[in-house]
Order: sequence, then C-alpha cells, then structure tokens
Amino acid sequence: MTALLAVWFLPERASDIAREVDALFYGLLVLCGIIAIGVCAAVIVFCLRYRQGSNATRQAEQKTIPLEITWSAIPLVIFIALFIWAGAVYFHMSKPPDNATEIHVVGKQWMWKIQHPTGRREINEIHLLINQPVKLLMTSQDVIHDVFVPAFRTKQDVLPGRYTIEWFTPIKTGDYHLFCAEYCGDGHSRMGGWVHVMAPDAYAKWLADTSTTESVVAAGARLFQARGCAGCHGPNATVHAPPLNGIFGHPVALSTGKTVIADEQYIHDSILQPKKDIVAGYPDNLMPTYQGQLGEEEVMELIGYIKALGSTSGGVP
Amino acid sequence: MSAESPVAHQFEDAAQQREAATLGMWVFLATEVLFFGAMFLGYTVYRLKYPEVFRMASEHTIIVIGTINTGILLLSSFTMVLAVRAAEFKRRMALIAFLSVTALFGIAFLVLKGFEYAHEINEGLFPGSHFQFTEADPYTARMFFYLYFLMTGVHALHVTIGVIMLVIFALRAMLTLKLERLSTAVDLLGLYWHFVDIVWVFLFPLIYLVDRHS
Amino acid sequence: MNAIATPQAPPQPPSHEPSYLAVENTVRSWLLTTDHKRIGILYMISITLFFLVGGAAATLMRLNLLTPQGALVTSTTYNKLFTIHGVIMVWFFLIPSVPTVIGNFVLPMMLGARDVAFPRLNLASWYLFIGGGAFALWAIIAGGVDTGWTFYTPYSSTYANGHVIAMATGIFIAGFGSIATGLNFIVTVHKMRAPGLTWHRLPLFVWSMYSTSVILVLATPVLAITLVLMALERAFGIGIFDPAIGGDPLLFQHLFWFYSHPAVYIMILPGMGVVSEIIACFSRKAVFGYYFVAYSSVAIAVLGFVVWGHHMFVSSQSIYAGMVFSILSFLVSIPSAIKVFNWTATLYRGSIWFQTPFLYVLGFIGLFTIGGLTGLFLAALAVDVHLTDTYFVIAHFHYIMVGGMVMAYLGGLHYWWPKISGRMYPELLAKLSALFIFAGFNLTFFPQFILGYLGMPRRYHAYAPEFQVLNVLSTAGASILAIGYFLPLAYFLWSLRYGKVAGPNPWQATGLEWTTESPPPEHNFTVVPIVTEPPYAYDPVAAEEALAAKREQREPAYVR
Repeated sequence: MTALLAVWFLPERASDIAREVDALFYGLLVLCGIIAIGVCAAVIVFCLRYRQGSNATRQAEQKTIPLEITWSAIPLVIFIALFIWAGAVYFHMSKPPDNATEIHVVGKQWMWKIQHPTGRREINEIHLLINQPVKLLMTSQDVIHDVFVPAFRTKQDVLPGRYTIEWFTPIKTGDYHLFCAEYCGDGHSRMGGWVHVMAPDAYAKWLADTSTTESVVAAGARLFQARGCAGCHGPNATVHAPPLNGIFGHPVALSTGKTVIADEQYIHDSILQPKKDIVAGYPDNLMPTYQGQLGEEEVMELIGYIKALGSTSGGVP
Repeated sequence: MSAESPVAHQFEDAAQQREAATLGMWVFLATEVLFFGAMFLGYTVYRLKYPEVFRMASEHTIIVIGTINTGILLLSSFTMVLAVRAAEFKRRMALIAFLSVTALFGIAFLVLKGFEYAHEINEGLFPGSHFQFTEADPYTARMFFYLYFLMTGVHALHVTIGVIMLVIFALRAMLTLKLERLSTAVDLLGLYWHFVDIVWVFLFPLIYLVDRHS
Repeated sequence: MNAIATPQAPPQPPSHEPSYLAVENTVRSWLLTTDHKRIGILYMISITLFFLVGGAAATLMRLNLLTPQGALVTSTTYNKLFTIHGVIMVWFFLIPSVPTVIGNFVLPMMLGARDVAFPRLNLASWYLFIGGGAFALWAIIAGGVDTGWTFYTPYSSTYANGHVIAMATGIFIAGFGSIATGLNFIVTVHKMRAPGLTWHRLPLFVWSMYSTSVILVLATPVLAITLVLMALERAFGIGIFDPAIGGDPLLFQHLFWFYSHPAVYIMILPGMGVVSEIIACFSRKAVFGYYFVAYSSVAIAVLGFVVWGHHMFVSSQSIYAGMVFSILSFLVSIPSAIKVFNWTATLYRGSIWFQTPFLYVLGFIGLFTIGGLTGLFLAALAVDVHLTDTYFVIAHFHYIMVGGMVMAYLGGLHYWWPKISGRMYPELLAKLSALFIFAGFNLTFFPQFILGYLGMPRRYHAYAPEFQVLNVLSTAGASILAIGYFLPLAYFLWSLRYGKVAGPNPWQATGLEWTTESPPPEHNFTVVPIVTEPPYAYDPVAAEEALAAKREQREPAYVR
C-alpha cells in the first residue's frame, strides 16, 4: 500500500527545498480540501433538505451582510498568510548559497549540454555529490527551454541570450528524471535525461573515471589566449582596453553615466554585443563582436576564467 | 450611422440612438487606445533598454517634418470642431467646406509623412534587407526603425481611413436633403479624428523629441 | 394559485406575428439576418462545429497517451494536435460560447429591448468570427501549426514549422469579432434597458456579460497587436522578441498574458452569470447577496487585468514582480469565492426542483470550486515553481473551463432551450447525459492533478513509464465524456421536431425573456415591458404551497 501511495501520490523527495515545498503543498491540500468538502457538503445537505416537497422550513429573504463580511474576510486573512508562507519558500529558492558548485548548462533543440567546474562534460545527464549545494548557470542556444527536476521541486526557464540560475542541494542518492518543461518543438518530450545523486565514494569513483580534461578555468584561459582576448585585455597589452582582473562582481562605470555590476550577464553581453554597454573612458569601437564566433559554452568558459581572475589576483591593477 | 429611416427599429427615439452611437464610438476608441498602447509599451521598453542607440537612430528622423505635421494635425482638429458645429447648426456650405479642409490637412500630413519615409528609405533606414546603420549597433538601430515604421504606419493608416471618411461625408453633405441625419455621424467622425490626432501628439515626442541633441 | 415567482414585468399580450424562426426561412434570410436571436443560432451552429474539431484533436491526443512511447502519432503530429485543440477550443469555442450564443439570444430580451444596439455590427462580428475560423481551419488543413496556443517566441517567430502566420491571422480576425460583440453588449446594457430596469434590477447574467464585454474590448486589441508583431518577426526576421536580434522574449509573454489572463475570465464570467440565473430559478429563491454577486463580477474583470505575471513565475522575471503578481492572484480569487458561497447560501431554505439545468449548475459549483482552489496552489509561488508547465496546470484550467464554462454553457442551453426552440428536451435523457459528463470529466481530469504533482510536464508526446496508469485512467474518462457530449447534440435535434411544446414560461421564471412567447416574435416584445420588480422575485414558501395544492388535486387519481 505504501509503495502504491509512493508511486501515485508522493514523488521522490531528493532536495532540501523539496521538504519545504511539500509542507506547503500539503498545507494547501488540507486547507483547500476542507473548503472544498465544506462547500460540497453544504450543497448536498441543502439539496436534500430543501428538495421540493420536503418538510423543511422555507424562507424567501435572509440577512446577507454579516455573512458576506465573514466569508470575504476569512479567506482574505488565510490567503495573505499563504502568500507569505509561499513567498518565503520562494525567496529561499531564489538565493543560491555562496558555497554552491557552479555547473554550466546549455540547452539546445533537443539536448542538455552540461559542464562541470572540472571541465567534464555530459549530455542529458548530471552527476551530483550528495549534500553539496549546486548552482546551475543556464542559457539556451535557440528557443526557451526549462530545467525541471521533479524530485528536487525546482524548475527554471532557460532563455536564449540570457543567464538564469537554478540551485538545489540533493539530499538523497538515486537517479531522478530531468525534464524540459517549456515547450520547445518537435523533440520536446525527448529532451531530458537523468540526474544522478551519488554518495561521496561513488562520486569520487565517477570523477576518477574522467579522462583528463581541462577545467573550466583552464579552458577559459586557453580561449582567452587563442581568441585574441589577451592581446588587448592581457597584462602585456598595448591597446587601451579595460583590465579584467577582479572585475567580476564589482561595479563598472559606463559611458552613459550609469553603473552596472559586472555579473555573468554583463560579461556575456560584452563579449557578444560589445557596443551595448561601453565602459566609461574607453572608445566604443575598440572591441569586435564575437557573435557567431563563440558558442554559448565557450562564453561560459571565458566567464569562468574571468571570475577566477578576480579571485586569484585580488585588487585591480 | 446611415439609417434610412431616422430611427432604427431597435431604438425608441432619436435621442437613444444618438446616445448609443456616441457611446459605441467611445468604446471603440478605448479599444484603439489599448491597440496603440501595446506598441507604445514595446517602444518604451526598448527605448529604456537601449537609450544610446535609440537616441542616435531617432536623430535620423526629420524633425522639421514631424513638427510641421504636428501643427497640421492640430489645425485639422480645429477645423473638425468647426465641421461638427456646422453640422449641428445645419449649415450645409460650412459643413462641406470644413470637412474638405480637414481632409486636405489630412492629405497634407500624409504627403509630408510620405516625403519623410522616402528620405529614410533612401538612407537605407527601412528595416528590410537593405538596412544599413553604421554609427551604432545596427540590430538595435533596426529595432528602432522597425518600431518607428510600424507605429507611424499604423497611425498613417488611421489618418487615411479618416480622410476617406471625411471625403465620403463631404459628398453626403452635398447630396443628402436632410442634414440632421448626418449630424450624429459627423460628431462621431470628429471623435475619431481627435483620437487620431492625440495618438500623434504622443508619437511625436516619443519618436522625435526624447533625448534629441541635434 | 399562489404566485411562486413574480416576473419583472407582466406577461406580454399574445403576438400575432410569426416567431423569429418562422419569419422567413431562406438561406439568405439567415445569412443576412440582423436579428440577435438568429445571430445567436448562427453562432451556436458554428461553435458546435469548432467544438467537434477541437474535441477530435483532444480524442487523438488522449488515445496517443495510452502508452508511454506515444501509441498513435508522431511527436510532430502530436504537437500540431495540441495546438489545434488549444487554439480552436479557446478562441473558437470557449470565448464565443456563452457570450455569443446565450448572450446574443437572451441579453437583449433580459433588458426588454427589441435587439442589440448595433444589429448590423452584430452580424459583422459573426462574419469576422467565421472568416477568422476559416483562416485557422486552412492553417490546420494545409499542414498545421506546432507552436501551442501560446505562440511563445522565439519558437513561434523563428524556429517553428507550419502555418503560424495563417493561424495568427485567423485569431487576429476573430479577435475583432470579439471586440465588436463586446462593444455591442456594453452599449446595449447602457442604453437599451426597458423603462424601470435600473442597474440594480438587472439580472446577474447581464452583470457578468457586461464585465466580460469590458474585458473583451480592453484586452483583445493587445492580443491583436502582439500577434501582428510576432507574425512580422516571423515573416521578415525583424522584430522585438527574438534575443538573436536584440529583442526580449519575455516581452512577448507579458503582452500575451496581459490578454490571455483576462481572457480566462472571459471564459468563466459568463458561465457564472448563467449559474446565477439557473440557481435562483430552480431553488425558487432570490440569489443570496445580489450586490455582492453583481459587483464581484466587476471586481474580477478589474483585478483580472493585473495578475498576468503569475504565468511567468519561472520565466526569469524578477522575484519581486513574482511576489506582487502572487498576492494579486490570491486577491482575485476572493470575488470568485464570494460567488460560490452566495450560490450555496441561495439553496438554503429554498424549494429545490431537480431539473437538468440545475444538475449542470451543481456540477459547475463542485468542479469550479476544485478548479478555483487548485488555482491557489498555482498562485502560491514556491508550489507553482514545481507545478507550472505540468499536468497539474492542465487539470486546473480544464476544471475551470470545461468543468466550469462548458457545464454552464450546457446548463444554459438546457435552461433557455424552450425559449430558443419553443420545445422541451427529453428530461430523463438530459439528466443521464449530465451525469455522464460529470463522471467522465472527473475521471479524465482528476488523475491529471496527480500526474502534475508527480512531475509529468505538459505538451509531452511520450512520457516516463510510471505515469502510464494515471494516463490510461484519464483516457478512459475521456471516452465517457465524449458520450456525454454527443447525447445533447442528438436529443436537442430530436426535440426540435418531437419535443413537447414548451409555452412561454415552462420554468415559472422571473426574467423578462420569459414574459414573451417561445419562440419569441421577431421583435421580442409586442409592447415595451415596464419593469416594476427586482430580479428573482421567487417565493419558496408559495412554491411549496402551490406544489402541495397540486398534489392534493391529483391525490384521488393515485389512490384509485
């Protein structure tokens, strides 16, 4: 019986947030169940009792105002409470912790391309270490997709030209469905795979299987040289281009007088659409666009490298 | 609008018919507000997202024509008011004259707009395959011109429909024996015409004036 | 005999004109009619045909989902099927259903008017509807569209195959038909009311139609321009939605839902109006809390415009926008809750007469309550993240739109059928079909709530094997539902010829439409009705007494 229930009503619960979401869900279920059963019971009782020809008392007019106020005010209070509860969980869902491992995800019709910080790539599968918070940095190469892992109770659209973030902490080993939840065309229902949550030893073994690949930062560094970024932004550059050391996560003054935080989106756009935001004090035609020359995965590697520049060399020269 | 008998069968009297027609026009204009509103919203979103490029692109519109056209439309609203009054007081010659003058203003607006379009298309600013823009990101500039041609184009379509209606009404004023039948209809056409003017009064600063330096 | 109901105006003197059906019966007289009643019939026939198209698509989808691999069709075909189902059911069945059929037929009569304010515009709106429908059907026959009814960019504007532009054109054109209907109803309600029919004497159906019309007029143009922008982007590769050319795909979603969320209320408010009429009539009691039910319709129409963002909680809009849209979505559910409570209270101390329209209303209340309450799950941010884009959402909105609106539409058709046709439908068969529909509906859609919570995403042609049991149940339910829908189609046609003659007021109801003959004469009323009563002047006590008196008269017959 429990097994049947588990299959039918209780999806696997494999992330810490899932517990909070389920609590809220069952809270809503009980509350709404009471309301629904109450309304239905009232309707049935009234229908039987006041059916034509029964011996009940009839009355054409009744006082309405006190009742109206009651049944408007009580739901209002309950709904506001529910909103606050749900909002709090949502807020928690939206803020990844600082120690989360960052995994890059690129969606395209119809597959998921994953890259771990070690540089290891996977397609339609993500291997995760139990109890280690994970932050997915995601973008799409074509249409809108959505990373949905029911067992983690999380879901986030993956948009072209924009980074979105999804995070979770897996708390239970096992294999869980990975679905695309935003309709993306012909292969939509095939665009998915598995999330494998592994115990430390199994995970270590999986890592050890890795044929030698360069890490994200190393790959980014290689691209930085190979694609000519270093010629202008590197330490020995003669061209007057903004230095990148320590820039990540810090404010940048723009030529329009505005200031933006140099986050993933900003660096992504600066590489692909350099004319969009010009750093104050630099000419606007210096940087060539890399639109069409760098794939989304390569841009992510470059971002990984630029982030590392910030953390290793400290202050801005 | 063009009932053969003075009061259509579903109405009790002429006053009810007139009120219904007027309210109908107001509701229609409410629909139109939302129709243009969605485009204005899209324009505003991207104006805020790409302020620099939109500014540079907007400087390629011809502000002189834009300003003259604003004046023309404002004048045409004035002559439209006079036409409505003439219909109310059943002054046939004045009605025909003011409807015609309003139509002429509308045509003048369209001709000038046409010159501006021709100039912009020659400069390669029409967002088609020949689009070229060198000062800033061409994609973004193209978006400006796309929205510009779309919004002013839909507006010009409304002006054109207004002009056609004005001409028809002027002809009807010449031919019909009983002017009172036209009075409500001219009134409604007036509402429509003022609405088209107001849309331009919003379009003009949005496209030509915001952030303009030159 | 005691009066169990006081009509809003005295019965009409007999008219010596032929009924609207008998006036002239050439094809031309129907296709060029400006009579609101005939236009209502034209709409009834056309939306029934569209319902069959949309229903056929649904049937194929449900059959395909019998097995995890997809039993019947390829994924391409499946994607086209759900697009057909969505587009046809939303724009060519649900949105026009109650407003253009029942609204067109009874609204002017409820107001004591001879017709709507602009009869020719009314006919034009039907032609726009048919023209739009022709484009949509052409798009389907020519090869279909696979974008889903939501047309999300950049998929629809750049990547999708098929006749997206033709489909969008069809919806665009039909949209202007909707606007014309809305405009007509607004002006009609404002300016065509009979003497003495003040706003607060209006039947609640009129209030709900008025609120619906406001939404139609203010929301539809936004959809129109959004579809134009999408189609231009698809045709010429220039636009504002595709990020590859600097656009923002979320802007499309904002504009689309700015229309489509209010459109959800277009698809339920008219049903709520029908329910108010029927529940008062068959419990022989005035609707409890008239003012609250009336103004809750207005509140829904207004609040409905500010909750669109709850469709986009996981689309990467800012979390603060999510919070605002969430609280507003909770608030918009309160006027709906008020309606349900008031309907329930209406039954209290009434004299309930179980006729088919009332059964549909009972079904409506139960299913709409479930549909509405599950809406709270989707308004609750953290739970929505898990549930959005799964079958939970599918189940939720089918409970509202099929469990709510279609139930109300059928209930309304049964209720006003004697007025429309002059004949009664076969009561027993009608009750049976109501039962089939209720049972089949629940079996079809309740499993989908569970599927959704288990994580089955929507728009999936194939699915993980553990979801099969629930999918098979759902398909089984759909087949019962299909039988339930075919029965009324058959017996309504049958009743046109063989049904019992109904008489002007078979339900002893109070509305002005019941003071005239069935079917009504061309201009509805022989004399202008002068309204002296509020609506729903029913008396349950008198109804019981009348019933008892009737029984006593009949008693000897039974004794013998």
